[in-house]
Amino acid sequence: MAGSVFPISARDRKVKAYRLMMALVIVAVVICCFGSLAVAGDPTGTSTGGKTDVAVPQGSSPSQKAATLQDEVGHNKISINFVWLFLGACLVFFMQAGFALLETGFCQKKNALHVMMTNFMIFGIGVCAFYFIGFGLMFGGVGPLVSLGGKAILNHEITIGGWGFFGGKGFALSGPTYDVGIFLFFLFQVVFMDTAATIPTGALAERWKFSAFCIFGVFMAAFAYPVFGNWVWGGGWLAQLGVKAHLGHGYLDFAGSSVVHAMGGLAGLMGIIVLGPRFGKFKKDGTPKAIPGHNIPIAIVGTILLVFGWFGFNSVSTLNGGDLRLGIVATNTLLASCFGAVAAMLYMWKKTGHPDPSMSANGCLAGLVAITAPCAYVSGWGSAIIGSIAGVLVCVAVFTLERRFKIDDPVGAVAVHGINGLWGAIALGIFADGTYGAGVNGVSGTVRGALYGGWSQLLAQLIGVATCIVFVCVVFYSFFRIQDRIMGIRVAPDVELVGLDTTEMGMPAYTDETPDLMIID
Amino acid sequence: MKKVEAIVRPEKIDRILEGLSEIGYPGITITEVKGHGKQKGLTQQWRGNEYLVKFIPKTKIEVVVLDEDLHRTIDVLVRLSRTGNMGDGKIFVTHVEEAVRVRTGDWGFKAI
Repeated sequence: MAGSVFPISARDRKVKAYRLMMALVIVAVVICCFGSLAVAGDPTGTSTGGKTDVAVPQGSSPSQKAATLQDEVGHNKISINFVWLFLGACLVFFMQAGFALLETGFCQKKNALHVMMTNFMIFGIGVCAFYFIGFGLMFGGVGPLVSLGGKAILNHEITIGGWGFFGGKGFALSGPTYDVGIFLFFLFQVVFMDTAATIPTGALAERWKFSAFCIFGVFMAAFAYPVFGNWVWGGGWLAQLGVKAHLGHGYLDFAGSSVVHAMGGLAGLMGIIVLGPRFGKFKKDGTPKAIPGHNIPIAIVGTILLVFGWFGFNSVSTLNGGDLRLGIVATNTLLASCFGAVAAMLYMWKKTGHPDPSMSANGCLAGLVAITAPCAYVSGWGSAIIGSIAGVLVCVAVFTLERRFKIDDPVGAVAVHGINGLWGAIALGIFADGTYGAGVNGVSGTVRGALYGGWSQLLAQLIGVATCIVFVCVVFYSFFRIQDRIMGIRVAPDVELVGLDTTEMGMPAYTDETPDLMIID
Repeated sequence: MKKVEAIVRPEKIDRILEGLSEIGYPGITITEVKGHGKQKGLTQQWRGNEYLVKFIPKTKIEVVVLDEDLHRTIDVLVRLSRTGNMGDGKIFVTHVEEAVRVRTGDWGFKAI
């Protein structure tokens, strides 16, 4: 042992203190071991949770006990739905990350930060606008939310001749709408709105002025999305086509092929028409030039994130965790996405000689978009067919839009969301097989498409699809044209050439690549 | 002293480094460059549209050698980078006026 600085007596004391401490530790461990024998734990789980968790007052009569139990069961039933919707909101919210990665990967490096910012801020701007105005317009008259407490609070729909057009309650979630169920419902609905609003950020990428985008965000969240959404989901006239015009169950869109995706995709199309193609995209004779994305691996990760989130998007649209059809909905969703991806891959392989990665990703998403409306009403093989058609349709749409109509869509948003959103809404009217949907929109009987004799349902779908096209195109073409006239929505050509990051954002996306970074004193 | 600039395929770098080390020149500088000779570039595709990558990535090696080692160095470089296909690269030799080692201040052949 090294020579000690302390006198021997002090070292002796240190050794004694150490021994005393060890003895105390051993005694404490022994006490703990024996002390815990007082109450045993439950490693199998069979004795955790039981009648001791339901408080029944002493001396209750059997009917009082039954009433207590009934209360408890009812509360649990609603609680499951709360957990279900909460989970769904988180999953759909996470799709923001998927869209951000997908779109940024498909665009050029010099615009990466700009595309990221539009995808990020659409969530900020959109939620604010939906909170103040949009939610009230969309769901002010939706009626009691049966699975979340069932109180008749959202009961003010503005109607004309009995047909609903928009809601008039719940603005800024004020007054009686300060309710646990309505707040949760708002959370679930606002993330759907953001999905629609984020779609045009891809279509208009790489030449859109950020200030113009901000105003678009407010307009989409506060007016365009909620009004059409009210007609389909908020108790408005498209949903009433069943009870009032005997057309099937009225226009149906389970999770939003048209309300969310066609809305976003067609709005994007209108924006592209007003904005114009990117500089250098088309040669003088009109043939398109390739502007390759800068990070396809990240775009593929984004696609995978979107599939993950879509399980929430579709399945949780049952709005009821005890509605076990959710098992079918979730699997239908996955089937359509995979059949879509494979169909797109094979189509591109045959057509170009390569299994195009970016188109395979688009095919997967097209399948998801197309199954979003019919997912609760069709079977597995129906989903496979819908997804396969979507996968081929998206490739054909990308080529047609670009080559025939000179539409410059950097990420294929119009083909994936616009075209396939409409296909999904129509597919519901064809493939719905009558195994679900009893009583939806106030019409008795299950939902049947044309293949099962439900021709009136198909007609309702076609009316809804036509309405969607007319509404979105008229509203957004006007919006973009007027906005362009007032403030100009496209960046200047030299800004576009240099890149929107360093100009509009004031910094490049990948600063470690900036040569000779000088810290300004 | 002569400076040898060799523009070669990037995947050959490891072997070239070893080879130059063996003949006594472990110290080199490399730059990532792009270019093409008589071949026109690479055709790639993006969503069904073809595009031309005009400039192909290559690596430029610069090494300064003594006059008497010039031919041996070039032999090594050629042997280790040649594949026989278009795009193997080129080597240029220029005269070096002076060379100085920064650490010691040595001039001339002691600096190499």
